[in-house]
Amino acid sequence: MTPAEPPPAPVAGTTAVAPRLVGDEATAALMLGDDALILSHRLAEWTGHAPALEEDVALANISLDLLGQARTLFSLVGDEDELAYLRGERDFRNVQLVEQPNGDFAHTIARQLYFSLAQEIRYTAVVGTDGCPTPIRELAAKAVKETAYHRDHATEWTLRLGDGTDESHARMRRGLEVMWRHTGELFAAVPGLPLDDAALRENWLTALEAVLGEATLPLPQGPDADAWTAGGGREGIHTEPFGFLLAEMQHLHRSHPGATW
Amino acid sequence: MTTAPPADQRSPGLAELERAFDTAVAAEERIEPRDWMPDAYRATLVRQIAQHAHSEIIGMQPEANWITRAPSLRRKAILTAKVQDEAGHGLYLYSAAETLGVSRDELLDKLHAGRQRYSSIFNYPTLTWADVGAIGWLVDGAAITNQVPLCRCSYGPYARAMVRICKEESFHQRQGYELLLALSRGTEAQHAMAQDAVDRWWWPSLMMFGPPDDRSAHSAQSMEWKIKRHSNDELRQRFVDICVPQAESLGLSLPDPELRWNEERGRHDFGAIDWEEFSQVLKGNGPCNEQRITQRRRAHEEGAWVREAASAHAAKRRARATAAIGDTTATGDTAPPTATPNGATTP
Ligand SMILES: [Fe+2]
Ligand SMILES: [Fe+2]
Repeated sequence: MTPAEPPPAPVAGTTAVAPRLVGDEATAALMLGDDALILSHRLAEWTGHAPALEEDVALANISLDLLGQARTLFSLVGDEDELAYLRGERDFRNVQLVEQPNGDFAHTIARQLYFSLAQEIRYTAVVGTDGCPTPIRELAAKAVKETAYHRDHATEWTLRLGDGTDESHARMRRGLEVMWRHTGELFAAVPGLPLDDAALRENWLTALEAVLGEATLPLPQGPDADAWTAGGGREGIHTEPFGFLLAEMQHLHRSHPGATW
Repeated sequence: MTTAPPADQRSPGLAELERAFDTAVAAEERIEPRDWMPDAYRATLVRQIAQHAHSEIIGMQPEANWITRAPSLRRKAILTAKVQDEAGHGLYLYSAAETLGVSRDELLDKLHAGRQRYSSIFNYPTLTWADVGAIGWLVDGAAITNQVPLCRCSYGPYARAMVRICKEESFHQRQGYELLLALSRGTEAQHAMAQDAVDRWWWPSLMMFGPPDDRSAHSAQSMEWKIKRHSNDELRQRFVDICVPQAESLGLSLPDPELRWNEERGRHDFGAIDWEEFSQVLKGNGPCNEQRITQRRRAHEEGAWVREAASAHAAKRRARATAAIGDTTATGDTAPPTATPNGATTP
């Protein structure tokens, strides 16, 4: 895809001090940052376990891109390590989709397809919307190129698995269904980002249907949220596996209060 | 050439080829995949490159063990990138081996069946975060000492792969050193963690250079072929001499009471290596042999359906492309076939 137009350069004289966001704009940076951090973590879990060496490299690559995005977004709000390591489960604002366990490779690809399409569409919209905070627009302008690669990777694998063997088709279908339940909040409004979320969701569905159609896979028909968790991640309500993810991620850092690494 | 049959029993062609090969090697020329080479030279290279490639990918495990627990986001990024580099090294090396006529699949099968080795160092566990630093500093450091001379190896594709790999390994070594330095200068607990890691990794790192020269099975012939440039003991000595001042700068000690500067030799003397431990680990009795190979096998087996799907999909695409060409030929349409959607390639 053609790279998006970068947002206007920051006003001269503001570059010396890192831009700090407050209020809704800080919340927006945290929500997008948490999405990126948690998905990065899940993808990193594949390292050394991938179905082929090329995928060890590719998944680590995507994980690193997302980690870089999270670090930039966190830096707009505060100290990156305090935000990553010292918040509790209810303080994280990521969508539940990104915290879902990796499952088999098809589950991971389904999660990647849903998320990378959504992230690319949202970042593109952020870049083109004057009302979004400038530092988030700058991040989005850079990240949208990475996200295009993530979307390509997920798309290619959806095609291979959907239109590969009977087994891969069945597994991909199952992966799409399992992850579908957590897609409902992907386009829930993010405070601080004045976007037409309903329209973005329409774009996402259209893009998704195109990929699935070519992959000979049906769009899941079940609910895209359940009664209890609908929109939960953005409110700090997470799923059970998330607590374990944080326990693992934060344990060492929290075991040495005040230490530098 | 004591094993060669008498000259009169050999075809004159073969003798000439051997002479040309020997001359090229002696003149420091590179042997390339299409050049004639003795079978034993080819076999030695395949064995060595395969072992090297396997070490890169098994070596991902002890370090990936800490990615999800890395104590800062900066360290997490550095470690993920490092483990990703190691996967990349595996890819370059399997490609180098392929130029000798063996496929990656074949070599992986041999690894999984326990018929080819990987570096024994990776059969030790990473018990604390500091082990990530100790591996970078000592294990990548020993690997560099071993591998820099391989950049001048007589076999072209291997030498070129090593040039790329050595650049990245030296990053890894510096990052490991820097990680340990941060710990050593950190809290008391962090310093102790760093010292403990160095204490556990020092001796196994010295074993990475292989058995002492008088017990090294393949050394002499490999030196003659210019696959190997320096003896195991010489490389080990170099490594010790490099590490001693670095350990001092780190503020950490090396666990060898006999380690001291020898004015006369201009090198460090060091204590005896426990070769019994080395041979036990080599035989499969190290702390993690079973675990490492099991994880490798499991990743490979659990990924089989994915790789099958990728080939099945690629075959379908080829068939469709062929059919499309057939159609256009039949109708006399001269337009080129439509590009494959999304330009998918097999992994
Ligand atoms: Fe390496
Ligand atoms: Fe390395």
